[in-house]
Amino acid sequence: MGTRFDMNENIDIAWCSGCGNFAIHKIIKESLEELDTDPQQVVFSSGIGQAGKMPQYINAHYFNGLHGRALPVATAIKTANPYLTVFAEGGDGDSYGEGGNHFIHTIRRNPDIVHLVHNNMIYGLTKGQGSPTTVKGQKTTFQPDGVYLEPFNPLAVAISLRASFVARVFSGDIDQAKEVFKRAVRHKGYALIDILHPCVSFNKVNTLKWFKENTYYIDEKHNPENAVEAFQKAMETEKLPLGIVYINNLETVLHQEYNAYKRSNEPLFKRAVDGNKLKKLLEKH
Amino acid sequence: MGNVLSILLSGEAGQGLKTLEEMLLESFVQSGYFVFSYEELMSRIRGGNNTTLIRVSDEKIDSFVDQIDILFALSKNALYRVKKRISASTFIIGDKDDIGEDNQEIPGNIKRLPINSIAEEMGGTIYKNSIVLGLISGIFNLDFTIMEKIIKKSFENKKEDIIKKNLLAFDAGYKLHSEIDMPIRIESRKNIDAKYLLNGTEAIGIGAIAGGCNFISAYPMSPATGVIQYLLSKNSDFDIVVEQAEDEIAAVNMMLGAWYAGARAMTATSGGGFALMGEGLSLAGCTETPAVFHLGQRPGPATGLPTRTEQGDINLALYSGHGEFPRIILAPGSLEEGIELMWKAFNLADKYQVPVIVLTDQFYLESTGNIKEIDFSAYKNKSYVVETDENYKRYILNDDGISPRGVPGSGKGFVCVDSDEHDESGRITEDFEIRKSMVDKRNIKIKKIKEEAIPPEIYGDPDYDVIVIGWGSSLGTIRAAISEIDNVKIAFAHYRQIYPVHSDTEKILNKAKKRIAIENNSTGQFASAIFSQTGISCEQKILKYNGMPFSKEEIIEKIKGDL
Repeated sequence: MGTRFDMNENIDIAWCSGCGNFAIHKIIKESLEELDTDPQQVVFSSGIGQAGKMPQYINAHYFNGLHGRALPVATAIKTANPYLTVFAEGGDGDSYGEGGNHFIHTIRRNPDIVHLVHNNMIYGLTKGQGSPTTVKGQKTTFQPDGVYLEPFNPLAVAISLRASFVARVFSGDIDQAKEVFKRAVRHKGYALIDILHPCVSFNKVNTLKWFKENTYYIDEKHNPENAVEAFQKAMETEKLPLGIVYINNLETVLHQEYNAYKRSNEPLFKRAVDGNKLKKLLEKH
Repeated sequence: MGNVLSILLSGEAGQGLKTLEEMLLESFVQSGYFVFSYEELMSRIRGGNNTTLIRVSDEKIDSFVDQIDILFALSKNALYRVKKRISASTFIIGDKDDIGEDNQEIPGNIKRLPINSIAEEMGGTIYKNSIVLGLISGIFNLDFTIMEKIIKKSFENKKEDIIKKNLLAFDAGYKLHSEIDMPIRIESRKNIDAKYLLNGTEAIGIGAIAGGCNFISAYPMSPATGVIQYLLSKNSDFDIVVEQAEDEIAAVNMMLGAWYAGARAMTATSGGGFALMGEGLSLAGCTETPAVFHLGQRPGPATGLPTRTEQGDINLALYSGHGEFPRIILAPGSLEEGIELMWKAFNLADKYQVPVIVLTDQFYLESTGNIKEIDFSAYKNKSYVVETDENYKRYILNDDGISPRGVPGSGKGFVCVDSDEHDESGRITEDFEIRKSMVDKRNIKIKKIKEEAIPPEIYGDPDYDVIVIGWGSSLGTIRAAISEIDNVKIAFAHYRQIYPVHSDTEKILNKAKKRIAIENNSTGQFASAIFSQTGISCEQKILKYNGMPFSKEEIIEKIKGDL
């Protein structure tokens, strides 16, 4: 399906043939179109790596910043202009490794943004090193005898911090991923989508087939608003659950906490210093 | 030069010296005097030895001196660290328990007064401050109605009983002044126009507000924390978003995200935090996102001396950030300059889409003085943000390298910025030709920046043989020192813009037969920066790096020694 988020000109996409990113590309563009989002109001803040290149191939605004730093940039963009629909996007190394501290504290801040993490359980662009989510024992270019670190569990960490929306999808099921994506965009508050997808060049373990065999869909009996139940789901590693794992409907999102937005929702770029107050500023000294 | 009196309060952390300082400064200003104060503190919450210098004058004053006319010893060991600054004419006032019984090796006129026992009568040592306030009011014959108001205001959140006891303590202190035979020759003026008391921290905060700052993301670090705190205290009046970041890396990236979306943003930190911001500084350079950094210096390397002062981070400001891109570095020397340069920093950053670093230090930030009304109507802000059209390209190439900056959500185009090398539309490219054009585009901006550079202020003999070069916070002290050297034709070039330096620099420095750089660091970083920008070297350097600012006396002595 054609969308307003498609690039008009021919673009040279830097992903390998068969890369899971192509499916994610489709999921993002089609979901935004189906939500009738105006491309002029959409901003992607991305990190570095093959996932961080995503915004290059979408007709929208973007800030392609530093490795691991998409979240603070996205948080500030949303804060400076709450009318924008803001995404932070990066890979597992970017979001969970280099940017791990921001991951923790952005969840605590709860900005109204969607965090897309392309989780292929390996480093791609730097050629095959273990990532924070690589499973224990897997042999990689930097861990020839197998990874000896416990893998990072992003869903469990997010739930333990009472994140407002936590989900996992698989790039191999575009329809389900689109449904979750749309829910995340509509959700008020920080929304994490951990997107499982294969790296065809450097991860020979977690292939498309492996993901199909090692994931399952969370059924309707699961109550995502129950943190303990959600945490149990997140701790399952034998077969990885797919869908919305946890929802914590918080009353306010970050920008509403600031006095600057108590009286007006006007984006900061439309504001100017109050000259009269400035004149009186010294009087208090 | 007018008449000046220098008071030193010497006590320990936790006894309320700060409150006493604030009450005294307020009293003097309301009574028609000019003041300057500087506090030096140990990095601890209780005990140790902290001192506050308060200088009172009938003319504007802004220099740090060694001289002490009246020394208040307010805790045990109060004299030990300041011994060298005591002269035969120093009045030393304190309780016998604090001064000690036997001080034969200390010169000066020692007055042991029953301060501690009076304080005990009132209810504890905390009342010492009001006793000293009363004593100083007595010495200066300050108006009681003014003093009463100040005491009541200072303790307004306390119980009625506590206010009453402080007023009693003040009275008791006032009565003690007859023991001090010290004529005061400083005349107070009925109506001084310099009625606004502020410190460097507040000047930086006020300047940021004047510059339209509406977003600050920062991580607390001495001595820059006060700037964040100041903006926080004004966040409601001026709609400023204040976010305490999890680390300096988040702080700098938030600042850039905010500017990208159209805010006027800043961050504030010290050297260690700024080091963590290096990658973000470089990101500002590549994405051509405006950025304002307030870098409050303290002695390094590493944690260094957390509460003390140094001008040791020019190299950090000048060379941090990988790759090549232009930047602007400013350094205020007075309260007025702090306001003006911070205002300017926001407008320069917006205009040239480059990082602007404002360098201060602990001495600057924690020195207080009184200033006149500021005409804020002269501080106009220009927004350089454009509304985009369908064909908008964020990095369109032109002659001056400044591509019009749009923001997302305003116009019909897309604002695409990239930390990878990019083409005019902001998309990643590895085209060698485009890479070269983009490097040239970014670098060419320095040409116009240099044309707009702030010239150094020249004080002293315009027909000079010797020129002293200083920058930033040393302004007041060097200026005062120079005015007392009369056996040689000497002038002082005070630099407020460190990089790029004004193009008159060659002319100004070459005119002198001798150049002396005065810097609060151990290697003469500004002299090196001048050399690298102009090829002119300074024959002599006067350097200090023990954690304290220069005093007027030591500058005079060292300049005379060098001549």
